[in-house]
Amino acid sequence: MTVVRCALLLLVLCVAGCHQGMDSVAFQADGRPPRLSDWHVVEVRDGKLTLNQGVVPYDLNTPLFTDYAHKLRTIWMPKGVSAKYDPNDTFDFPVGTIISKTFYYPKGAKPGEVARTYDSSKDFAGEGLDMARVHLIETRILVRRESGWAAIPYVWNDAQTEAQLARTGAVIPLTLVASDQAREDFNYVVPDESQCSSCHAQDWVTRKIHPIGPKARHLNRDYRYADGDENELEHLMKVGYLIGAPKPADAPRNANWMDPHAPLDARARAYLDINCGHCHNPKGAANTTALTLDVSVAEDRHIGLCKPPVAAGRGTGDHMFDIVPGKPDDSILAYRMASKDPGEMMPEIGRSTVHQEGVSLIRAWIAAQPGECVAIH
Amino acid sequence: MRKWTLTVAVAAALAACGGNQPSGTADSASEDFQAKLQQQLLDAKPGSVIDIPAGHYHLNRGLSLRTDGITIRGAGMDKTVLSFKGQVVGPEGLLVNANDFTIENLALEDTKGDALKINQGKNITIRGVRVEWTGGPQTTNGAYGLYPVKTQNVLIENSTVIGASDAGIYVGQSNNIVVRNNRAEQNVAGIEIENSVNADVYGNTATKNTGGILVFNMPNLSQAGHSTRVYKNTVLDNNTDNFAAKGAAVASVPRGSGVVINSNDKVEIFDNDIGDHKTANVIISSYFSTNYYNTRGVAADYNPYPKGIYVYDNRFKSGGDAPDGMKLKVLKTAVYGMNGRFPDVLWDGYVDSKTLVNGLPPDSDRICIQGANGVLNADGPNDYKNPTTDTKAYQCTLPKLPPVALDPAPKA
Repeated sequence: MTVVRCALLLLVLCVAGCHQGMDSVAFQADGRPPRLSDWHVVEVRDGKLTLNQGVVPYDLNTPLFTDYAHKLRTIWMPKGVSAKYDPNDTFDFPVGTIISKTFYYPKGAKPGEVARTYDSSKDFAGEGLDMARVHLIETRILVRRESGWAAIPYVWNDAQTEAQLARTGAVIPLTLVASDQAREDFNYVVPDESQCSSCHAQDWVTRKIHPIGPKARHLNRDYRYADGDENELEHLMKVGYLIGAPKPADAPRNANWMDPHAPLDARARAYLDINCGHCHNPKGAANTTALTLDVSVAEDRHIGLCKPPVAAGRGTGDHMFDIVPGKPDDSILAYRMASKDPGEMMPEIGRSTVHQEGVSLIRAWIAAQPGECVAIH
Repeated sequence: MRKWTLTVAVAAALAACGGNQPSGTADSASEDFQAKLQQQLLDAKPGSVIDIPAGHYHLNRGLSLRTDGITIRGAGMDKTVLSFKGQVVGPEGLLVNANDFTIENLALEDTKGDALKINQGKNITIRGVRVEWTGGPQTTNGAYGLYPVKTQNVLIENSTVIGASDAGIYVGQSNNIVVRNNRAEQNVAGIEIENSVNADVYGNTATKNTGGILVFNMPNLSQAGHSTRVYKNTVLDNNTDNFAAKGAAVASVPRGSGVVINSNDKVEIFDNDIGDHKTANVIISSYFSTNYYNTRGVAADYNPYPKGIYVYDNRFKSGGDAPDGMKLKVLKTAVYGMNGRFPDVLWDGYVDSKTLVNGLPPDSDRICIQGANGVLNADGPNDYKNPTTDTKAYQCTLPKLPPVALDPAPKA
């Protein structure tokens, strides 16, 4: 009788409180826990990177390029609180929110080799990741505390069982192997904690950091949840993590940069927005350059058309203007994207390889720009 | 010799074990040092002093600091050396986004990009810092040596910058600036003050650069610069070939330029020793002469004219005998003959015609020059067709600018 009671009690506790044996998600009000698993957001269990109860995955219409890494993004909030919708900026998240982003690759044939592919359909086991198929690199935690957001980086161990706190980042040599067996050796660089601000402090005066992805225009898309496809904004509303969002049709939406049916301009602007806009915005680190690349900028000199560079140094690649309409080969923007020299390349951090397909997109967009730069003497 | 053998042996061993992995993995002592320094930069609290003992350290990643009130201090610019040769991620050696920052007595070498960039901050002191690209002038060197931008109350003193592929000391979009007693050598621009307000540049030595000291205004930026005093400097023999990448702001600086003013206002050049510049000891020019001006890419409210320029009481030595570029060579020969030379001051001749009264700019906007052996108005607007040498238009004075007072005064 007692045994049955206990079993029942356990079952009730489990349904209410745990997820495949995981402790509840643990908001850490301060400090930097030494292990990722201290947060109980995502953990490796039974051959899967498992999302805990209440941890909701999401994706972006167009993501930041990070050396062809795949990314699993999640969000969690304590009971009874919600983020407030904003049409333009990052949602106003309540204290206690934990966002995670796991960078991983489909496995290659040998240790140290990872696959270069956009196909993520084989990565998943349910909403988690299938550890037989993927190699985890790092998981970054963004946590909303009383004092504001904090960014805490973790790097996965060789055994792929745990990610350890890595405040000073890491340099991990890897080899990308494409489907045609083309190989590229590169250093995957995990940024140090201070470098998190390079992108996440989008206002260089306040230096406050914020998540970049959870904005309406990035999340306004479908996701394949465990119980079916659903728009992410609607899903977040449904689970109580978001309030105030309009219908998806009435919310802004960035294009998917790879969508062949989307207009070229929309794809290029979405790409520049997420890859460049965190610095190249009116308040960002790159507002010293007079080049603005976020989604709201007008397509004139502000986005670089015929604009002379300011402090590009040798990043000009011997070119005179950021964008020469119709001439990607003469445009600094395309040159810096196609470079992987740390003294020339853009973005400055976050990649060690060239995003060939991204460069092609921006070159095509520049090639389609009308008019020319007419000199005044 | 023993050291070299050891290095080769270690490299061979690494190559044997590591296979084809990309370069950039530092030895373990350097790894430890780098990790410790990164940790110190992360843990620093306002008031912290990070002391770096004497030593030659290799770093393969750029450093960054975002906490106010930090001092980074070495044991001397030739004793504490942070070498970024083989840097895999940067672009800077050190990026600072903080107020009340002091860095002193150390060296930063061979960074891929800028050596020290301070982006947004007030009360900045850079003292006794050496920045050097050790391979000499090369286009592949980093762009800027000491680079405060969008800063206020800035002191750069007793520092040395060698080999920058743009400007050695470059203060951009800043206010209240003192640059004194530094040495800038073998850079494209030795010292450059750009889009900045209230700058005193004195006691510096700029030599063997392409251009010695520059005071520029670029278009489209957060503020237009004005009120810079350049005085008591030694600006000699800046005749290094321009090795900047095309498109860089300084790529338009002719080899052999002493002090160059471009599109900036209220600039006072006095009591300097300036000489031996093959193009000219002083160049006063407009953005029109840079080839960047175009209809779409430059803000309509940009002022491309140098206004209120006052050059007086300098000690000039010879120069102007072998100007850079075909246009200037032809101009020199046309006006002064094969064996002649440009006078001390070369002006491209662009004036803001909207503001002229009886053919002259308003008093406060004039170019006033005393104590030079001549001025050539190159007639840039007409492609150098009618250059003039009459100096009457420059015989005037301007109100002297007040000294810059750093407030608060930097800690000694």
